[in-house]
Amino acid sequence: MEDEKRIGVYICHCGLNIAGTVDVEELAQYAAALPNVVVSRDYRYLCSDPGQDLLKNDIKELGLNRVVVASCSPRMHEHTFRKACQAAGLNPYLYEHANIREHCSWVHADKEQATQKAKDLLRAAVQRVHYHEPLEVREVPVNPNTLVVGAGIAGIEAALKIANGGHKVYLVEKEASIGGHMIQLDTTFPTLDCSECIMTPKMSEVGHHPNIELLAYSEVEEVSGSVGNFKVKVRKKARYVDEDKCIGCGICEQKCPWKVPSEFEVGLGKRGAVYIPFAQAIPNIATIDKDHCVYIQSEGKKCGACIKFCDAGAIDFEQRDQIVELEAGAIILATGYDVFDPSQIPQYGYRKYDNVITALEFERMTCASGPTSGTIRLKDGKTPRSAAIIHCVGSRDKNYCEYCSRICCMYALKHAHHLKEKTNADVYGLYIDMRCTGDGYEEFYKRVSEEGVIFIKGKVANVTDRAITEEEKGKLVVIAEDTLLGKMMRIPVDMVILCPAMIPRSDATDVARKFSITQKATGFFLERHAKLEPQATAVDGIFIAGCCQFPKDIPDSVSHGRAAAAAALELIDKGSVTTEAAISCVDETLCHGCGICEEICEFQAPRVVLKDGKRVSTVNEALCKGCGVCAVACPSGAMSIKHFTRDEIATMIEALTAVENG
Amino acid sequence: MAGFEPQIIAFCCNWCTYAAADLAGTSRVQYPANVRIVRVMCSGMVNPIYVLKAFEGGADGVLIAGCHLTDCHYIDGPVKCDAAVDKLRKMLHVLGLEDERLRREMISTSEGVVFARVIKEMVEQLKKSGPSPLKVKMEALA
Repeated sequence: MEDEKRIGVYICHCGLNIAGTVDVEELAQYAAALPNVVVSRDYRYLCSDPGQDLLKNDIKELGLNRVVVASCSPRMHEHTFRKACQAAGLNPYLYEHANIREHCSWVHADKEQATQKAKDLLRAAVQRVHYHEPLEVREVPVNPNTLVVGAGIAGIEAALKIANGGHKVYLVEKEASIGGHMIQLDTTFPTLDCSECIMTPKMSEVGHHPNIELLAYSEVEEVSGSVGNFKVKVRKKARYVDEDKCIGCGICEQKCPWKVPSEFEVGLGKRGAVYIPFAQAIPNIATIDKDHCVYIQSEGKKCGACIKFCDAGAIDFEQRDQIVELEAGAIILATGYDVFDPSQIPQYGYRKYDNVITALEFERMTCASGPTSGTIRLKDGKTPRSAAIIHCVGSRDKNYCEYCSRICCMYALKHAHHLKEKTNADVYGLYIDMRCTGDGYEEFYKRVSEEGVIFIKGKVANVTDRAITEEEKGKLVVIAEDTLLGKMMRIPVDMVILCPAMIPRSDATDVARKFSITQKATGFFLERHAKLEPQATAVDGIFIAGCCQFPKDIPDSVSHGRAAAAAALELIDKGSVTTEAAISCVDETLCHGCGICEEICEFQAPRVVLKDGKRVSTVNEALCKGCGVCAVACPSGAMSIKHFTRDEIATMIEALTAVENG
Repeated sequence: MAGFEPQIIAFCCNWCTYAAADLAGTSRVQYPANVRIVRVMCSGMVNPIYVLKAFEGGADGVLIAGCHLTDCHYIDGPVKCDAAVDKLRKMLHVLGLEDERLRREMISTSEGVVFARVIKEMVEQLKKSGPSPLKVKMEALA
C-alpha cells in the first residue's frame, strides 16, 4: 500500500493572463484547505525555470507524491510539468493539470465567476489526482525511412534534406513527373530568375539520389501504424511503358496520332495520348493516358503506332497497377494546392472570351519553353496593345475564399513587368490592396510602378465585350470602381489576366482522412500550432510542408519543407518513440471473455485467450491507442483505461457538480 | 426562474472539441461561465454512467462533444459515441429528463467560435427549461 497522499498545488498567474481575471491568491488559499494538500503556491510564470524549480524542490523537500498545476491548457504545458515531476523523481503520471486560462480566464470577464470556476476545476483536479497510478511508458524503435508525399518544391526540399542527411526517403508523386507548380512558372518574383533554371537541378538531384526512391505516377492508398512505425500501401499506376526500357526519346509522342490538351501547358498546348509531360520531366519516361489512347480504348484493334516506333520496345500494354508496401518512421505531406476555377465567377468572362486568361496560362505563354516560345499573343496571333490584370479572383471574397492567397499581388507585378518588357502594352493592375511583404517585394512594386504600369484600387465588377464607345469596339471592357477617385471606370483592353485564388487540392479531404489529420475551415491541412509548430500535425510523426497548409510563395515553401525535414530527422535521429501509457487494461477477475471488446476495437488490441482454462481478454499494449471505447462497451466492467478510469472521471464529475448543489 | 444559472458538464474529446475550447480561449471568444469541461481522449470514451452521474450530481445539462465523423483520431469513436447517446436518451426519458438536457455535438479543432456558440445556446435553453427535474426531486427527498 502506498503511503498517504501528499499533494502539491501550483497556480500560475501567467502574468496577467490568468491573474487579471482569476483571484489567484484566493485560489491558492482555497486549494490549501483541500484534503491531502500539503502545499499550495501561486507564481507569476510557472513554466519558467524558477517556476518549475518550485515544484521540483517541493517534491524533494516536502515528500510530495502527487502534483497539480492550474495554468494554461494541458495541450500547452502538461508535458512541461510532467517532465519537471520526472526530473524530481516523481512518476509523471502522478500529475494532474487544471486549465484555468483557455477555459476560464480568457473566456470569462467576470472575476467572481471566473474565480469560482477556477476553484471548481482545481478541486476536480485535486480529487482526481488521488486516483492516479504511476504508469510506465515503453520505448519502441523508429523506422529510419521517411515517406514524402508530393514532389513540388516543398516536398523536393524536404526529401533532399533528409536524403542528404543519410536517410532513406520514399518520394511519392501522383503526376507522371515531379516538379509541381513551380516547374510550370516562367520566372520567380522579385528577382525574375528563371524558375526552370533553379528547379531542374533539384529535380535531377532527386532523380539520381541514392537515398531517394522515387515513386512517380503513384498515390498513397492506405496508411496504418503510428509514429515511428507507419505502414503504407502505395498504388503505382500503370504507365503502360516499361520504366527500365524507356529512354525518354519522345518518338512515341511524336508518332502518336491522338492529341489532347496538355495539363502542363494548362490547355495552351497539346500532348499525345502517350506523352512526357515536359522536356525536363523526372523521371524522363513516357506515360500512356489510357482514357485517350485509342489502342487501349479499342482493346488493341486500332492504332498501336507507339509500339511500332519504339526502338527500345518499352511499350507494354499488359502493365497493371501495382501495390507497393513500404514502412516509414515519419511522413511528410507536401500535396500542394489547386487553382480556383475563375469560370465560377461568370462576370469575369473566363471561358467566354478568348482573351480572358488565367495567370498560370500567361505564365506558360511568357515561358521560352512554352507553347508560344515566350511570345505574348492574343488568340488571333496579334500582340496585345493593352492588358488588365485582375487581382483577388476568388480570394478575399466572401462568396468564394475569404482568405488572401498571398502570392497573387507579387506575380501580378511580375506579369505586368513582362508585358511591359515584351510588348510595351498599356498595363492596368486592378487590386483591392497591394500586399508586397517579402524581402525586396516592395522595391519590386516600386520598380514596376516606375515602368509605367497603371494601378487602380478597386474590385472589378465585370468584364464585357459590349462596347458603348468607338474606342471600346473590338475590345474587352473591364468595369471597376476606382475607389481612390470614387468613380466608375471602363477600361478597354486587348487581354485580361485573372489572378485566381489558391485553394486546397480537390482530394484534400480524402488525403486528410487517409492520414487521420485534420483540415481547417478553409480545407487546408491544420497545423499543430499556428505559430510554433506550423510543420507538425495533431498526429505524431506526420508533418506538413508547403501550400497544403496555406498559400505560400517559393521561399516560404522551401523553408516549410526544410522545417518538416528537420522535424522528421529529429524523430529518426532520436531513434525511438515512447508509446502511449494511458491504455486499456483488463481486470481478469471480472472478465467473462465475452469478446465484445475484441469486436469493438478498431486496432485489434484486445484478444480473448484461454488462461488457466478460463476465457479472458488480454490487451496488446503495442496496438492499443487508449481511446477507451472498449471500456464503455465492456458489460462486466472488467476493461478500463489507465489514467482515465471510471473512478477518476466519476470523482471529477462529483467535484464539478458539488458546489452549486451543496 | 429569475437568476437561475444552469450548471453544465461538458465531456470534450482531447483532439477536437477540447482543442476548440482552447481556441475559443486563445481567440478570447467569450461565453457564459456555466460550463465545466471534463477532458476525455475520445467522445467514444464517454460512458453513459458518467452522464447519469453528472445528472445525479445536479447538473442541469450535459454536452458530449468530439470530432466530426471523419476526423476521429481513433477512426470510429464518434459513431460509437452516437450509439451510446441513443441509448442514453432512452434512459434519460425514463428519469424524466428532457431531450435538451443532453446535447451531442461534433466540433473540430478550428471551431472555437462554434464551441462558444453551443455553450451560449445551451445556457439560454436551459434557463428557459429551468433546473433539472432530477435535481429538484432529489432536493425534495433530502
